[in-house]
Amino acid sequence: MSMTMLSEPNIVPSAKKELTFAQALNESLREAMTRDPSVFLMGEDIGPYGGLFRVTEGLYQEFGSQRVLDTPITEQAIIGFGVGAAMVGSRPIVELQFSDFMALAMDQIVNQAAKARYMSGGQLSVPLIIRTPVGTGLGSQHTQSLEAWLMHVPGLHIAMPATPYDAMGLLRTALELNDPVLFLEHSMLYSTRGEVPVDPYKVPFGEARIVRQGSDVTVIAVSSGVTVAAKVADELAAEQGVSVEVIDPRTLAPFDMATIVASVQKTNRAIVFHQACRTCGIGAEIGQRIMEEAFDYLDAPVTRVAARDVPNPQAKSLEMVVLPSEQDLKRAINSVLYRSPA
Amino acid sequence: MTTTETPLDAAASALSLYEQMWLIRLFEEQALDLFRRGLIRGTVHPSIGQEAIAVGVCSVLRSSDGVLSTYRGHGHCIAKGADVRRMMAELMARRDGYCKGKGGSMHLCDPDIGYLGANGIVGAGMPIAGGVALSMRLQSRDDVAVCFFGDGASNQGVFHETANMAAIWKLPLVLVCENNGYGLSVPTSYACSITDIARRAGGYGFPGWSVDGNDLPAVLEITKTAVARARAGEGPGLIECKTYRWERHSALSRTYHVDPTDATNWSRHDPIERFGKWLVQKGWLDEPIDNQTRQRAAQIVSEAVEFATGSDEAPSLEALSDVYDNVI
Ligand SMILES: Cc1ncc(C[n+]2csc(CCOP(=O)(O)OP(=O)(O)O)c2C)c(N)n1
Repeated sequence: MSMTMLSEPNIVPSAKKELTFAQALNESLREAMTRDPSVFLMGEDIGPYGGLFRVTEGLYQEFGSQRVLDTPITEQAIIGFGVGAAMVGSRPIVELQFSDFMALAMDQIVNQAAKARYMSGGQLSVPLIIRTPVGTGLGSQHTQSLEAWLMHVPGLHIAMPATPYDAMGLLRTALELNDPVLFLEHSMLYSTRGEVPVDPYKVPFGEARIVRQGSDVTVIAVSSGVTVAAKVADELAAEQGVSVEVIDPRTLAPFDMATIVASVQKTNRAIVFHQACRTCGIGAEIGQRIMEEAFDYLDAPVTRVAARDVPNPQAKSLEMVVLPSEQDLKRAINSVLYRSPA
Repeated sequence: MTTTETPLDAAASALSLYEQMWLIRLFEEQALDLFRRGLIRGTVHPSIGQEAIAVGVCSVLRSSDGVLSTYRGHGHCIAKGADVRRMMAELMARRDGYCKGKGGSMHLCDPDIGYLGANGIVGAGMPIAGGVALSMRLQSRDDVAVCFFGDGASNQGVFHETANMAAIWKLPLVLVCENNGYGLSVPTSYACSITDIARRAGGYGFPGWSVDGNDLPAVLEITKTAVARARAGEGPGLIECKTYRWERHSALSRTYHVDPTDATNWSRHDPIERFGKWLVQKGWLDEPIDNQTRQRAAQIVSEAVEFATGSDEAPSLEALSDVYDNVI
């Protein structure tokens, strides 16, 4: 059962190879740069150093300093230059070293990249990809999960891959979109391994993955939370005979509500599980949409399992208090099933 | 070389710059009037008194050069070669406007002529222009990117970020600061740590020039130098054009000038009048030609209003399109 999360039921069996999440991204970048001369990379320490998380390793050596540009520490310019280059025919893929640093570049993301097409009446396109890590373990200014900020802004695409397979497939699709894409990579996932087909494949935006089938309760999880949810599901199945369906939306914009609604129609219960703070996190939005689109099917309130509303503390013992745990998820599942925990 | 080096070398092209200045002036006077009559929503930021900068700078640009502008950008848009009828239609929220009613005065845009958008965020066009310059370099084009901005915008952090990055990469970027004496209500002398904003370029190791922004030939000449350097791969430049904001900040603002007599002073330096005198001295302008020029400009503006008025309101479904290209 525990292998379910890595298998991809919808692909034709073909030769496969095992890659880490970071390697999958690295390969997709190399492939894009080889195929399309308009693609270039820009960011802090992504050149000879290869990026803090090694995602751009070897690319500077292969493509040179004009395609892999180390920038000064200058987040507003990194995004702004990306916006401008994208407007006139380039396909920049820029890296923000940590997604917390979006705060320094929010004008360019929110007021410029996201709105250029609309404000110009469709005359401008900004095919800009912004790759950036979310994470844990580095305190209050390096481990936030701010995806809800982005989901609130029309004009942005948002991908949150949970596996090497999705990282590669979603990045390939991102390169075909003509609008800005925020590509959020969980730092704890970079070294995780998974199988990917050798032949090129793509993962569409706006198509959720049913990670694990189940009939008692639907858990919607994103990014690193997908692995946790699948593990909890496996354990509950073995320990208590509870059947949990785990759904990974994979992209937050566009958002595949249909798959979630269909699941809730079957399970009649839903939990949203995420590492971001609870208040106004994506769980608030997803939960509300379940209320609006599947209310008649619900047998329990839609529940959020999310971080406490405090900044991320540095100490592991404290961070464990703040972040949602496997136990929290198990408790929530039992609670919506009106069962007492085993 | 016997070819014309600049539009100032021949009567016809010099007179067309003069006409452009009038076109900008009359377009904006018309826009202010339409605003007062409730026919334009939002606001209008006039550049009246600053026409020599828009026209002087854009006169040395190609249509493949990129321009980023500001909310005070009608002049740049016209000088880059935009269709005044579609501009007016946009100001009046019509379906034939450049942005189909979604942009309005503050977000005019015509990528086909390299006018890559006005901007409502003070300073935000600068890094975008830097990226345009970077892309031109990566595409091995010898085009340049020009960014217009105000004295106030030169205090934004993004000015520093853009100047530094453009400098280390020697990008073909020309920063044009229109120092009109005010940032909304606050005098530049209060908000800027130095008098000559051009000196800020020194901090990044590229040249900065302060020029009389009401003197079209002077603006044109210095722009030619900066653009030639940029095209030749010698890196960015900063041109500070000293000028004056005659009107209030925008049509919505309360009249507020710290020293109104100051304004009267500067009104005497009307850039259009000055360029007119220059043309007279050249022997290229006399009263009949002057009248004809103004009449032609007035005619173009009234045709623009007619065009805009004759165009339907932006259809309601427009509100929901152009958020994304790919419908997924
Ligand atoms: C980031 C930002 N801050 C404030 C404003 C409000 N605002 C619009 S224009 C302006 C003054 C800008 O002055 P300056 O850059 O000198 O240009 P000018 O308006 O004189 O042409 C202000 C404060 C804004 N639009 N954007």
